[in-house]
Formats: sequence, C-alpha cells, structure tokens
Amino acid sequence: MLGKLSFSAIPLDVPILVGTFLGVAVIGLAVLGAVTYYGKWGYLWRDWLTTVDHKRLAVMYIILAIVMLFRGFADAIMMRTQLALAYKGNPGYLPPHHYDQVFSAHGTIMIFFMAMAFMTGLMNLVVPLQIGARDVAFPFLNSLSFYMTLVGALLINISLFIGEFAQCGWLVYPPLSEMQFSPGVGVDYYIWAVQISGVGTLLTGVNFFTTIVKMRAPGMGWMQMPVFTWTAFCTTVLIMVSFPVLTVTLALLSLDRYLGMHFFTNDAGGNVMLYLSMIWTWGHPEVYILVIPAFGVFSEVTATFSQKPLFGYKTMVYATCSIMVLSFVVWVHHFFTMGAGANVNTFFGIMTMIIAVPTGVKIFNWLFTMYKGRVEFTAPMHWTLGFMITFSIGGMTGVMMAMPAADWILHNSLFLIAHFHNVIIGGVYFGYIAGMGFWFPKAFGFKLNEAWGKRAFWCWFVGFYLAFIPLYVLGLEGMTRRMNHYDNPDWYPWMLVAEVGAIVIALGIVCQLTQLYVSIRDRNLPENLDLTGDPWNGRTLEWSISSPPPAYNFAVIPDIHGLDTFHTEKQLGLKAHGKPLAPIHMPKNTSAGVFIGLFSFILGFASIWYIWWLAAIGLIGIVATMILRSANRDVDYYVPVSEIEHNEEVYSRRIAAAQAAE
Amino acid sequence: MTQAPTTTMTGDSHGSYPSYLIGFVLAVVLTVASFAAVMTHALSPGMALAALTVLAVVQIVVHLVFFLHMNTSTEQSWNLMCFIFAAVSVIVIIGGTIFIMHDTAINMMSR
Repeated sequence: MLGKLSFSAIPLDVPILVGTFLGVAVIGLAVLGAVTYYGKWGYLWRDWLTTVDHKRLAVMYIILAIVMLFRGFADAIMMRTQLALAYKGNPGYLPPHHYDQVFSAHGTIMIFFMAMAFMTGLMNLVVPLQIGARDVAFPFLNSLSFYMTLVGALLINISLFIGEFAQCGWLVYPPLSEMQFSPGVGVDYYIWAVQISGVGTLLTGVNFFTTIVKMRAPGMGWMQMPVFTWTAFCTTVLIMVSFPVLTVTLALLSLDRYLGMHFFTNDAGGNVMLYLSMIWTWGHPEVYILVIPAFGVFSEVTATFSQKPLFGYKTMVYATCSIMVLSFVVWVHHFFTMGAGANVNTFFGIMTMIIAVPTGVKIFNWLFTMYKGRVEFTAPMHWTLGFMITFSIGGMTGVMMAMPAADWILHNSLFLIAHFHNVIIGGVYFGYIAGMGFWFPKAFGFKLNEAWGKRAFWCWFVGFYLAFIPLYVLGLEGMTRRMNHYDNPDWYPWMLVAEVGAIVIALGIVCQLTQLYVSIRDRNLPENLDLTGDPWNGRTLEWSISSPPPAYNFAVIPDIHGLDTFHTEKQLGLKAHGKPLAPIHMPKNTSAGVFIGLFSFILGFASIWYIWWLAAIGLIGIVATMILRSANRDVDYYVPVSEIEHNEEVYSRRIAAAQAAE
Repeated sequence: MTQAPTTTMTGDSHGSYPSYLIGFVLAVVLTVASFAAVMTHALSPGMALAALTVLAVVQIVVHLVFFLHMNTSTEQSWNLMCFIFAAVSVIVIIGGTIFIMHDTAINMMSR
C-alpha cells in the first residue's frame, strides 16, 4: 500500500536532522500562524500564489532562492566544520553516510534551486520591463514554471526528514548511483527533484525566448536591446538546447533504476562513461546559463553607476554570443581523466582556452566603462568590483586546468573545488546580489540599505578568500574532494583557515538579512523611497515607469530610437510620450499552476517511494488540470482607461513630490 | 497583449495545392526508392546503407520545404535560422559524443 515507505524511513536516530526538523516546523508554524492571525490567506492566494504577473513571480523566485541559499550554506558550513575536526584520531561529528548526503545536497541545491531560481527571478523581473512588454509571452506557463521549480525544491528538502538523499555527488555518477550500489531512495529523490524542476526551467527558456523575439517595443531592433536582455536571450537558447539532454540522461538513469535496464550499469553492455559525457553535455552549458545573466547584471550596473554608456556594446553582444556557441564544445574538460585519447583531450582543451577569450573581452569592456566615468561606489558596484577581481582569478585557474596534462594532477582535487567556487561565488552569486540591490527599488519602491549592503559585501569578499584560497593549496598538496576524514598534518592548518572563512561568509549572510530587515523598517524614510521610479539615473526602459510598476507595466508602449533611448530622451528633456491611452489587454490570474505543482509533487513523491496508485493519481491530476485549463476561455481582461489614468496621475504626483523635495 | 510585434509574423505560409502535391509525390518516390534499394538486392549492403542515408536526408528536406513550408524568404528567415541552429546543435552534441566515446573505447580497449 505504501510502497517502500514505512515509519523507519524517518531518521529519528540522527539528532542533527531531528533538531533541523523541529526548527523548520517551528518557523513554518510561526509563518502559517502569522498569515492566519493577520487574515492574509485571501491576499496571499489572490495576489501572489495564483499570480501570472512576471514581477510577482520574480519576487517569489528570489525568496525561494534565498531560502535555498540558507539550506545550501548550512550544508557548506557543516562540511567545513567536519573537515576542521576530522583530523587524526577525531572522526568528526558527521558519519560518512550523512556527510555524503550533505555534499551531494549542497551542490544540487546551490545549482538547481539557489542559482537557477535566482537567475529566473532576475530575468522575470527585468526582461519584460527592459524590452517594453506588458508581460511575458506565456504568462500561465511562467506561473507553471515557478511551481515546477518550487516542487523540486520541496522534494529535495523533504528528503532530509523522510528517507535519505543521494550519496554520490551532485551529478549522481553511475555505477555508484545504480540500484546495485545505491538501493535506497536517495538517488530517486535526486532524479525526481531535478526532473520536475528541469521541466520548469525548459518552459522558462521557451517563454523568455519567445518574449524577447516577439514582444520588443516598436523600434527596438536586436542591436538596441539592453545588454541584460541580450544575456537573458543567450541563456534561454542555452536552456532550450541543453536541458533536454539532462532530461534524457536522467530518464535513462531512472530506466536503469526502476525497470532494471542497462544503459549505465557495469554489466550487460552498459556504458558508465556515456553518462559522464551526456551529463556534462548539459552541465557545461549550465554553468554558462548561470553566469551569462550575471554578466548582463554587471554590464547594467557598471554603465549606470559610471554614468557612461557601456564601453563596446557590440563587442559585449558578440562576446556573449560567442560564449553561447563555444559553451557547447568544451564539455570534455570535466573528465579529461576518463580515458579518451590525445585527439579528444587536445581538441576540448584548446576550445576551453578559447572560451576564456570572449570572457576576457567582457572584463576589459567593464574596466573601460569605468575609465573616466563618475563612478558611484554603491553596494551593487562593490559586488561588481569584487567580481572583476575574484572572477579573473577563477578564470585563470580554470585555464590552468584546461590543460589536460595539468588536469591529470588536479582532477577532483580541492584545487578544482576552489576553482569552481571562485567562478560561481565570484561570478554568479556576486552578480545576482548586485542585481538584487540594483533592481530592488524597481520591485518594491524603496532602496536597500547601503551600509549593510557594503558590510555584507566585505564579509563575503574576505570570507571567500579565506575559505577558498586554502583549498587551492590543499589541492596542490594532493587533497581530494568529498573526503570525510584525513590524517595528513600538513592539511590541518589550512582546513582551519577555510573554516574561519566559512564563518566570515556566515557573517556576510547575517549582514544581508540585517540589510533586508533595516531596509523594510526604514522604507518610508525620504532618502529610501523611490518616488520617481528612476533612483539611479538609469539608462534602460525599466526606469521609465513607476516603482513598483503597475500590473500592465507600460501605460503606453514606448517608441525606441536607439540604444538607451530612455536615457537620451531624459538628457534632452523630452517628454516620454503624448500618445492617447487605450484599454490594456491582460491575462487573468490562475490557480492551474498551483494545482499542477501539487499533483507533480504527489507524482514525484509517490514515484520515489514506489507508491504506484498515488503516482497514478498525481499523473491523472496533472493531465486533468491541463485539460480544464485549456477548456477555460475566461483567461483575460481589459484594464479600463480610467484605471490607467488614475495610476498615471498618482505617478506624476509622486514625481512632483520628489522634485519638490529636491 | 496589444502591442505591435517588431518582427514579422512567421509561419503564416500555408502552401498551395500544387506544392502539397509535388511534396507528396516526392515523398512517395523517395520512400519507394528506399524500399527498392534494400528489397531488390541491386546494391551491396554498404552501398544500400549509403543510399538509404542520402534518401533519408533528402526526405527530411522535402518534408521541411513542402509540408513545413520552410524557405529562404524573409518571412521564414526566423524559422530557417532556428532550424539551422538546432541542426548544428544536434550535430555537435551527437557527433561530439560519438567522437569522444569512440576515441575512449579505442584508447581504453573497452570494445
């Protein structure tokens, strides 16, 4: 009746997990209680959970990303603490079975549910506003994508308390992840969480690709698109090409596990090495999916806070597109040691070195944008400068490992761990946080606190170097990744330094939370309010409307005459528009996404535990909801002119108030 | 959304009666030729395989042009570009995988 699920699946014997569960339960009950106490369930359901508004989905994505950051960081600091303790006679506090789950969950959560969710959130918030669109091309799919991501995140976190998580790393390499060696439900949790969120990501890719191709404001040709939109465009292309590969790879692995097939097994003709090649065919474009939008953020931040147009806009676009194409021909550098011959390794080694060139072009573009600019050292600018230094170092260590001969020594050592954290924290994370600070006023109508933002930056920046430079040293001294215990006295002091670094990063996260708290507390102070909708003297269209924007974004769709039209017109003192208002056609909110998400959760959870009748209910529920949604013709409405006029009037009064205050 | 698209609408070419007929005849001829190449034993197995490959590729092109209305006109440039990009990606991914796995198999003597 309940498949593999029984009471013994709940790990009551692991005190860390019981404590975590109690913590999560208390916080969860407190949140639910607060929502009930203040009578906000109706508001939450109508205005947030069922919304198809890209700006609100963006906020929900970023909240999910921040919660997942806590989970992923908790895993990280647990690993560092284990390695600071587990030297010589001390076994540490995490037994191997638990430790292996922690490192697997850390990678999976940070990539799929922190970084991907954050990236999608930023794209949702910014892309339609930058191209002068009123929503994305498929608003319902956008809501559905969010729920697919959320369900994946829920599944992976439920594995903490019911059953176990995978113990074979964040890409679950076979044969370790096959039934023979991983008979538990850990790998199944991984497969279903990643597959379901992968559907969401693929839909997001299609959605934003269509939005950017078809819904740009009149006059905005390809070379008039803001750089962030360009990077979002390249990312959607990468998503559409690479995510199906991930889906197929994991589907083959699940056939092995569920139906006893032999795609990646050791015996019966299976080929383990094919899995490596296939998963990295997705995996390498994936890291560019994450970092290219971060490059877009840095371009917007640098240009705005240097008070200059971006240096070399066209080279920036060409560099982004080159990276997009080249990212498909470098994947072997993740497994040079697998045993391919010199032909293969040389080709992919050289391609890997070549892909560093367009990235270098970008760094110089940002530097020359700042050159002779009036640079304002705001918190987003701090993250950008920190990125340029950190990412350059990470890029250089990457090019070192692009040499197959050197990689033979460094493969799977802590040197590699240091390298990819160097580019992912220094590139992706710094970029997203810069973007959050930069666009926060657009989403909420008030600015984030600068002082706490800078404190958070310095903690992250210093903490990063303390935590990861020792890992470069340890890697060169021969320490491999995923080690639970060691007895080499040379390694011990470096592990202690890395632990201190992790604690400094924890302080950085505390500063970020304080920043959010302080900013919300002081949101009505005049210096924090964003009355004009253009707090940074911005260049692109999103700053031409009120903060937060109305649901329909643009009362009148602007005409575009060139790059940074909004900024040019502002300089010339031109009035934005005099066009007559017309009723605006908008999509209605829908609960279909919530229900498809719910049934997907049931399908995933039931399949993990082999509860087949429940899985059937989940699948039928998904299909039934889809049919009901398709049969529903009442999916849109018109915003009347009177409401638009009212909103416009409120906005011009706020601008007048801001001018009077000056 | 009530806004003017900046690119022209794509996919609005629906072909004509003669074009469908030409496509249908070509598809039938190519299919019959494929079967004939195998069933008449006129070609050696290697040659038959080569002929099948060529006929299959031509068949794909015929379907794309006559049934999916892909051509080089400006209305269709987006569809054509997307198709070429997709085809290149597929070739890179599958070709690359074959290149890697073949080289590995030889180097490791695993096959």
